[in-house]
Amino acid sequence: MSNSPEQAHPSTRTYVLVAAILAVITAVEVVVFYLEALDPVLVPVLLTLSAAKFTMVVGLFMHLKFDARLFRALFIGPLFVAIAVMMAMFLMYGVFRG
Amino acid sequence: MEMHSSTGLSSRKILMWTFIGSECMLFGSLITTYLVYRGKSVVGPYPEDLLNIPFITVTTFVLLMSSLMMVLALAAVQRGDMRWGKIWLFMTALLGMVFLGGQVFEFSHFVHEGLTLKTNLFGGTFFLLTGTHGAHVAVGVIWLLSLFFLAQRGRLTQANAETVEIAGLYWHFVDVVWIVLFTLIYLLV
Repeated sequence: MSNSPEQAHPSTRTYVLVAAILAVITAVEVVVFYLEALDPVLVPVLLTLSAAKFTMVVGLFMHLKFDARLFRALFIGPLFVAIAVMMAMFLMYGVFRG
Repeated sequence: MEMHSSTGLSSRKILMWTFIGSECMLFGSLITTYLVYRGKSVVGPYPEDLLNIPFITVTTFVLLMSSLMMVLALAAVQRGDMRWGKIWLFMTALLGMVFLGGQVFEFSHFVHEGLTLKTNLFGGTFFLLTGTHGAHVAVGVIWLLSLFFLAQRGRLTQANAETVEIAGLYWHFVDVVWIVLFTLIYLLV
């Protein structure tokens, strides 16, 4: 695997903007939680919003978007293994059946 | 001082990313346990009786903002501005302590309401999962305060920016784990 050189990190303004977006997404999550009309799509909407926050923090605050590919592999590899094990356990124990 | 491996990358950053990868599996197993046993408690109190969404939203916001402070601390140290580097480092640790205070308050309230590790499956899995996360936050706070005091004594400079970056990776990961826990434990009750 080649390791691309580290790129320039975002500016202070970008960091503040990212933090503001994270705060807004958190507020939207809570509003979605309280809106009964959104109950049928509650799980996919909340998981999508949470994944968006996760990606922003890992990519921009942890600089994974700009760092060497090896670091991405060291994080994303075990993350996928963990998610795969979780899905297997959920299937075994019927978590998706409610 | 940066120590480079045969890959040309910092050995310490490789170590931290490897550690974070292993932490994904640790928290994955704890989250799995919580979700597998969710709704299977045969005695109360149950999550819907205790979880306080407005309160936990505030502590979540505090932890998110601590990540902003952390990244600003690193940026300041990288450009050699140690005055602001120290301020942001201290603010990060302070917000971490506020989050921990919120967790202690929440745990005390739950125990007062009759939920302990032994009460039911919710109690056991909830305290294990959020307690493990809280222990990580506590380690992060100690780490950040150590860096702050090193900087105060002039032993943390622009040349050691990678030391701050590594502490930052750990801190952001703790934040990322909470992003997941906030959704899975509190919002998807």
